[in-house]
Amino acid sequence: MAHVRTLDDDLEKDLHTEHQILNMGPSHPATHGTVKFLIELDGETIVDLDIAVGYLHRGFEKECESGTWYQAIPYTDRLNYNSAILANIGYCLAVEKLLALETPERCQWLRTLAGELSRLADHLTRCGAACLELQAMTPFLFGIEARELTWDLMEMLCGARVTSNYLRIGGVKHDMPPAFPGVCRENIAKIRGLLRDYDEVVTRNRLFVDRLRGTGVLSKQDCIRYAVTGPILRAAGVPLDVRKDEPYLKYAEVDFDVPIGEVGDNYDRYLVCVEEMQQSLRIVEQCLAQLERLGPGPVNVDDPRVRWPAKGRVFNAMEELIQQFKAVTEGPLVPPGEAYHAIESANGELGFYVVSDGTAVPWKVRCRPPSFVNLQPMPLMLRGAMLADLIPTFDFINMIGGECDR
Amino acid sequence: MEDFGSPALRRLLEAFPGAVLATHAQCGDATALVDAGRVVEILRFLRDERGLEFEMLMDLTAVDHLGRAPRFEVVYHLYSLSRNQRVRVKAGVPESPCQIDSAVALWPAADWMEREVWDLYGIRFRNHPDLRRILLYEEFEGHPLRKDYPKERRQPLVGPGN
Repeated sequence: MAHVRTLDDDLEKDLHTEHQILNMGPSHPATHGTVKFLIELDGETIVDLDIAVGYLHRGFEKECESGTWYQAIPYTDRLNYNSAILANIGYCLAVEKLLALETPERCQWLRTLAGELSRLADHLTRCGAACLELQAMTPFLFGIEARELTWDLMEMLCGARVTSNYLRIGGVKHDMPPAFPGVCRENIAKIRGLLRDYDEVVTRNRLFVDRLRGTGVLSKQDCIRYAVTGPILRAAGVPLDVRKDEPYLKYAEVDFDVPIGEVGDNYDRYLVCVEEMQQSLRIVEQCLAQLERLGPGPVNVDDPRVRWPAKGRVFNAMEELIQQFKAVTEGPLVPPGEAYHAIESANGELGFYVVSDGTAVPWKVRCRPPSFVNLQPMPLMLRGAMLADLIPTFDFINMIGGECDR
Repeated sequence: MEDFGSPALRRLLEAFPGAVLATHAQCGDATALVDAGRVVEILRFLRDERGLEFEMLMDLTAVDHLGRAPRFEVVYHLYSLSRNQRVRVKAGVPESPCQIDSAVALWPAADWMEREVWDLYGIRFRNHPDLRRILLYEEFEGHPLRKDYPKERRQPLVGPGN
C-alpha cells in the first residue's frame, strides 16, 4: 500500500536551515554595558559567540603614566560607576604597599565601611537591573531605591554620590561627619526593608527562577582555568574571597560569611549576591561600632612623603607653604620597584600592579579588571543555550564597561 | 640566588638553575625573572608541580622599559587556590623580534590578556590561536602603551572592521 503523506511526516522532515549571524549591541536596551556580541544562531540556539569589547577604552593606563601618583585616583573612580571606592582602595593600597605605609586605624575602618557601601550599591544595581532586563520593573525600583539610600550615605561621607574620589594615598579625604552613624543606621534599616520586599517579589518568582535556574552554567574547573573570580566563582562552589584569604584593611577583625553556590548557574549567582548584600550590611554596622569606640583620631598617615600640611599652617608658615606647593605641583616620590595588590571588588579580584622608577610619575599602573576576565568565558556559558539566556547570563557577569575597557 | 622563603622560588631555582635569571621579594611579592625562551615550560611547572599548584593565571601584562635591554617585560601573576600563595614571573622581550611564547595552551585565561598586550604593547605571542586587537580597532596604527607613543597623538575613530 502506498504511503499516504500526512501532516506528521511534513513536521518530521528535515528542513533546510542556515546559521544566522546576529549582531547585538554595542548599545542594546537589554544589556547594561557597551559591548557587542556577534552571535551565530541556529534558530534560537546559540552556536557560537564572539564578544567585541573596547568601546569605552579611554587610555586609563596611558593617562596614569602622565600625571602624578595622586592624579590617578579620580581615574580609578571612573573604572566602575557602581563601586568607585573599591577601585580607589585597590589603587591606594597598591601605592601604599610600594611606599611601605601603614595607615591609621580610623582610616582603615572608614575605608572598610566605604568599600562595603560600594559593594552594596554594586550588587543592588546588578540584581535590580537583572530584573529590569528580564521585563520586571518593580523589583528594579526596589533595588534602585535602596541604592539611592546607599548613595545618600556616600554623599554624606565623600561629598559626591558616584565618583566619590574619597581616598588619598595614606588616608582618606576627611573623617565622617558627626551625624553619619545615625543616618547610616536609619538607612540600613530601610535598605533591609527594601531587600525584604525585593526578596518576596523575586527570589521564588516562577518567571524569574525559570529564566535563571540552569542557565549560564560555568563549572568550577572552567572558572579556575579562566581565572574567573568573585560571585561567579563562588556560585560554582569555590569559597575564594580576597577579604578572607588575604585580609587587608580591617577584614580580619570583622565577622562575615562567604556565601557559596553549588551548580554555578545564574540562580546561584543571584543567591550569592543577595546574601553578600546582607553580609555587607553586617560589616558596615561593625565598622560604625568600631569607629564610635575609637573616637576622634587622625585619618591620614603622618608621613612627610605623602602628608599634606594643615591649612592653617600653610597660610602662616614658610615651611608648610613650600611643602603644600611641592605636594600639589610635584606629588609624592615613590621609591623604585613594583608591587601588586589585590582586593575583593564586587565583581571579583581587582588587582593593581604598579611600577615606579623613583620619580613622582607612575611608570606603570596596571588594573587587573575582574569584568574583563569574567566576560571572556561567556561563550562557554552560552554555547547550546537559547538566545534569551544571554540576557540573564550577561546580567550576572555584571560586566562594567568602564572597568572592562579602561 | 635567594628564594626569600618562598617555596615557589625555591623549587624554581632547584628545577631551572640556568633559566631563573634573578629573584626578589620586594614589598613581599615573590618574583622570578626567567629566560623568555623557557617561560611556558616554567609556567607549566608552577601550575602542575605537586606542592606548588598555581592553578590560576590571575594577570598577564607587560611593561615597557624604554632604553633598557631587553626593552619589554611580560609579567605573569599566578595564584594558587589550594595553597593561597602568589608568585610573579617576568620574562624579558627584546624590541626585535618582539615576541614570546603564548600561555593560552596552559590557561585559556591568557587568550584575552595576551590579545590586550599585543594590542597595547605590540608584543607578539607565538602560537596564540587568535591574536587580534581587543580594546582598539584593527585600523589603529601603533601600540599606545609603548613609551614612545605620544599621549597627544590622535587617530580617526573608526569602528571595528567586523
